[in-house]
Parts: sequence; C-alpha cells; structure tokens
Amino acid sequence: MRTALCLAVIVFSSSGGEVSISHAMKQVGEVRSFAIRSLLAFLQRALRQPWFWIGIGLLALNFFSLLILLSWENVSFVIPASALSYVTGALAARLLLGEHPTSVRWAGILLVSVGVALASFGG
Amino acid sequence: MTSHGTLRSKTYALLVPVILFGPAGNSLLGKGMKQIGAVRDYSPAALAALLLRIFTSPWILLGIACLLTFLVSYMVLLSWADYSFVMPVSAITYAITAFIGNRLLGETVTPQRWLGIALICLGVACVTQTPSSTTVRD
Repeated sequence: MRTALCLAVIVFSSSGGEVSISHAMKQVGEVRSFAIRSLLAFLQRALRQPWFWIGIGLLALNFFSLLILLSWENVSFVIPASALSYVTGALAARLLLGEHPTSVRWAGILLVSVGVALASFGG
Repeated sequence: MTSHGTLRSKTYALLVPVILFGPAGNSLLGKGMKQIGAVRDYSPAALAALLLRIFTSPWILLGIACLLTFLVSYMVLLSWADYSFVMPVSAITYAITAFIGNRLLGETVTPQRWLGIALICLGVACVTQTPSSTTVRD
C-alpha cells in the first residue's frame, strides 16, 4: 500500500512539476532572440512566475519521494514503474495546458513509455 | 508569429543541448562524487571540508555547468514547444547512453534493453512526425 502511494506521489509530482514549469514558460512567451541579454531577460521573467516555483517544489517532492521509494524497493521496479509519468504527463498537458496531441503522438508516447520501462527493468 | 519552418529548426536546435547536457551533467556529478568518496563523518567541520572538496572538484563544476545549460535550454524550449512533444523526444537519451556504454565503454546491453531502446526510437520517430507546438500557431 505504502509503495503504491509513494509511486502515485512520484508520478503525480513528476508530471505536475514539469507541466507547471511548462505553463510558466508559456506565460513568459516564446523566446525569439538568443542574444545573451535577451536570454537573461527571459530568465528574469521566468523566475518571477509563481508556476515556475510551484513546479520546482513539485520536482523536489518527486526527488525525495523517489529516494524514499528506492530505499524500500529495487531500482529495477522503481524506474520502470515511474515510466508511467510519460503517459500522465501527456494527459496533464492535454487537460491542463490545452495541447492537442494527435493519435500519432499518443502512439509515440505509449511506445516511449513501454520502451523506457523495458530498457530500465533489470537492464 | 514564427513560421512553421523556423519553429521546427529552433525546436531541434534546442533539443540537442537538452539531450546532451542533461545526462552529461549527471554523469559528471556522479564521477566527481565517486572521486570524493562516501560520506562517513557528519561533524560540521567534516561537512565543511566536504563542501569545499565538492565545489573545487573540476568534474563537479563541469557537471553543474552542464546541468545549468540543460536547464536553461529546457526552459527556453518549453517557451514555445509542447510539453507532450519535448518529454517523449528527450527519452532518446536512453538510446544514446546505451550506445555510448556499449560501443565506447564496452558495457553489455541485454537483449531486453535493446528491445526497450528500439521501442523508444520508434516512439520518438512517431512524435517527431507531429508539429512541435499545438498551442502556438505554426
């Protein structure tokens, strides 16, 4: 039970953190110039976005819950199971960020998710 | 509004540092920390000495520089590209790590891992057939 709960926290915090950061970057707006001054201005605006810090907080939660789960279970279980976050991340991007993944992209995401699980399991 | 071609070129140009610097940074940090050795003494003086060794290790400083480059590239990329595009495409690092480990470092890669890597490559190929942004009109 505690393993399932910790795994749920890992998957939720990974997808939630990345989607929050993605949302913050979309609010900052598309980077069009790669001059150092423009990039520094972009970073300054990004660091002022509340969603950026919410994302960082969730990724920190992800890191520590991953460490906790790794102290209970083998890495060959933990990493493949966390590959589920590829699917939950895409679902969150669809529902919360308004992205429109096509069926080809969904197929690709599923293949990547299964591939990561296979490549990490006992590899 | 950025044209479709420009957006696509920008996306792939930024994916390169995301794919290369993330794993490189982690590997360099790992190498640096292994050189420093396991932490056994947790007294304030020992921890201060440890921090000094960490932040003067060339491997760790190079690792931090790589991870900062990764983070900035990732943030810039997400300023226009879909998360549901960037996330699966960056899984190609699994394939690159396995190829480097196998070809350059002579590591054994199990058939199951090769199968996983083949699926990842196929998945990435599918995702790259789709537009990098479905929210920004490109």
